[in-house]
Amino acid sequence: MGEPFLIGDAMTGGYGSVDILHDCTVAVEKGEIAVIVGPNGAGKSTAMKAVFGMLALRSGAVRLDGKDITALSPQDRVAEGMAFVPQTSNVFTSLTVEENLEMGAFLRRDDISGTMEQVYDLFPILRDKRRQAAGELSGGQRQQVAVGRALMTQPKVLMLDEPTAGVSPIVMDELFDRIIEVARTGISILMVEQNARQALEIADKGYVLVQGRNAFTGTGADLLGDAEVRKSFLGG
Amino acid sequence: MDVLNAFVALANFVLVPAIAYGSQLALGALGVTLIYGILRFSNFAHGDTMAFGAMVTILTTWGLQSLGITAGPLPTALLALPVGILGTAALLLATDRVVYRFYRRQKAAPVILVIVSMGVMFIMNGLVRIIIGPGDQQFADGERFIITARDFKSATGLSEGLAIKTTQGITVAAAVIVVALLFWFLNRTRTGKSMRAFSDNEDLALLSGINPERVVTYTWLIVAALATVAGVLYGLDKSFKPFTYFQLLLPIFAAAIVGGLGSPIGAIAGGFVIAFSELSITYAFKKVFNYLAPENLQVDTLMQLLSTDYKFAVSFSILIIVLLFKPTGLFEGKSV
Repeated sequence: MGEPFLIGDAMTGGYGSVDILHDCTVAVEKGEIAVIVGPNGAGKSTAMKAVFGMLALRSGAVRLDGKDITALSPQDRVAEGMAFVPQTSNVFTSLTVEENLEMGAFLRRDDISGTMEQVYDLFPILRDKRRQAAGELSGGQRQQVAVGRALMTQPKVLMLDEPTAGVSPIVMDELFDRIIEVARTGISILMVEQNARQALEIADKGYVLVQGRNAFTGTGADLLGDAEVRKSFLGG
Repeated sequence: MDVLNAFVALANFVLVPAIAYGSQLALGALGVTLIYGILRFSNFAHGDTMAFGAMVTILTTWGLQSLGITAGPLPTALLALPVGILGTAALLLATDRVVYRFYRRQKAAPVILVIVSMGVMFIMNGLVRIIIGPGDQQFADGERFIITARDFKSATGLSEGLAIKTTQGITVAAAVIVVALLFWFLNRTRTGKSMRAFSDNEDLALLSGINPERVVTYTWLIVAALATVAGVLYGLDKSFKPFTYFQLLLPIFAAAIVGGLGSPIGAIAGGFVIAFSELSITYAFKKVFNYLAPENLQVDTLMQLLSTDYKFAVSFSILIIVLLFKPTGLFEGKSV
C-alpha cells in the first residue's frame, strides 16, 4: 500500500507567529474513518483547518490522492473533492433544509436530485423537514443538515469537526452509525472528536494529539487497548 | 356624522399619499437592507445613488421628449428607466472596483465601510449637482390624474373629493412588480439563493464554493435597479431635487431598521410604518374629525399633532423607540 488517500504530512503552523501544530501528521485511507482525539487545546481543530487550507503552513504538505494541494484555497479544495463540516455555524439558519442541500451542491452543474435523495435516505428526518428553516431544527437535526450539505458535492473526503458537540448520547450514537454508513460508500472520513472512546470504537485509524504533536497513532482498537492512552485520555 | 366623507377625506390626504410614499421608502429600504445583509455595512450613499439614478433617467427623458417620443398617458420617464438603471449599475460597479473592493480585501470593519460610504455619498452628491444642478426639476408628463377630485365628487355626489395621481398609481404598481421580481429572484433562483446563503453565513458560503465577488456584483446590480426605480418614482410623485434625496436617507434607514436590517420583508413593512406615521402625525385631522363628531363638538383647531416641518422628527423618534426596545426590528433582522 502506498501513501494514504489524504495526508497532512508533518504540518507545522499556527495563527500569526505562534505555531500551534508541530510536525503533526494526520492521514486517512480511502473509505476509512480516521479520528483525531486529544485533550482540550491539543490543536485537533487546528489540524483539521490546516488540512483544509484554512491555516497557512510554515512547513509540511497536504496531499490528496498523491497530488500536492498545500497551496490551494479551501474553495479550490472543495472543487478537488474535499468537504468540511465546521464545528459551529455549519448550516444556513435562514434557508430551508432543501436550500441548504442545494447550496452544498453550488459548484455542481449536473442534476443534483439523485444525491439529494441519497442524503434524504441517509437522514430520513430531513426529508420531512425539507421545507423548514434549518435554524428551527434541533441540534442533532442541524448536524444532519450540516453533514448532508457537505455530502452534496459528492466529496471523496468528508472532514467533520466535532460532529457530536452538544448533542445527546442517543443522537450521538445515531450520528456515528450514519458516519459509518457514509464511509461504506467509499468516502474517506477524517474527524475530530471530544467523545474519544466512542469515536475510537468506530475508527480505522486514530491520532492522539498533545500540544500540537502526534502523541500516539494507531488503529482505533490499538489505541483503545493501549494502557497509557487509556490512562491519560480515556479516563482509565 | 358623515362617515363616508370622513373616510374619503382621510383617504385623499393620508391613505393614498402614504401608500405611494411607503412604496418609495420600501424600495429604498430594500436596497439598504440588501447591502447591509450581503456587503455588511450601512450604505450612506444610498440616497444619492437614488438621486443619480433619477438624474440619468431625467436626462434620458428630456432626450426622448426632444425627439418627440413620449409614453402617451404614462410618464415618458418609464421609457427612460432602463437607461437610468444601466447608468446607475455602471456607477455602482465602478465605485465597488475603485473603492469598496479595496476595503473588502482588507476585511475592513463595518464601521470603516460606513465612513467610506459617506465619502462616496459626498462624491455622488457633488456629481449629481455638477451634472444637473442643485435646483428643482419637473419631468413628469402624460396624464396627471387617474381620478380627479372633481370627477370623484360628481360621480359619487359626496362633498369630499378623492384624487389619485397617475404617479401614485404607477408608484404602487411598479413597487409591487419590483418586489415580486426581487422575491422571486431571491427565493427561486440559484444565484438568489446563493446571495441569501452568503448573507446568512459567509464562511459556510465560501466552503460551499459560492464565489463572493459574483455575489457582490449581483448585489450592486439589484441595488442599482431598486435605487433607480425608487428615485424615479419619488421624483415623479414629488419633484426631483438632489437635496431632498439626501434627506430621504433618514426615513429610508428608519424603515430598514424598523423592519429589521437584512430582512427584505421587514424593509417593506418598515417603509409603510414610517410613511403612515409621518403622514398621519403631521396631518391636520380637523376636517375628518368634524365629519365624524356630532354638531355640538365641532372643533376650530387644526387637530394636527406635529407641523409638517417636523416630519423627519417622526422617523427619528420611531428609529429611537425601535432601537431601544427591539434592536433587531420587527422581522428579526441583524441587530445594529
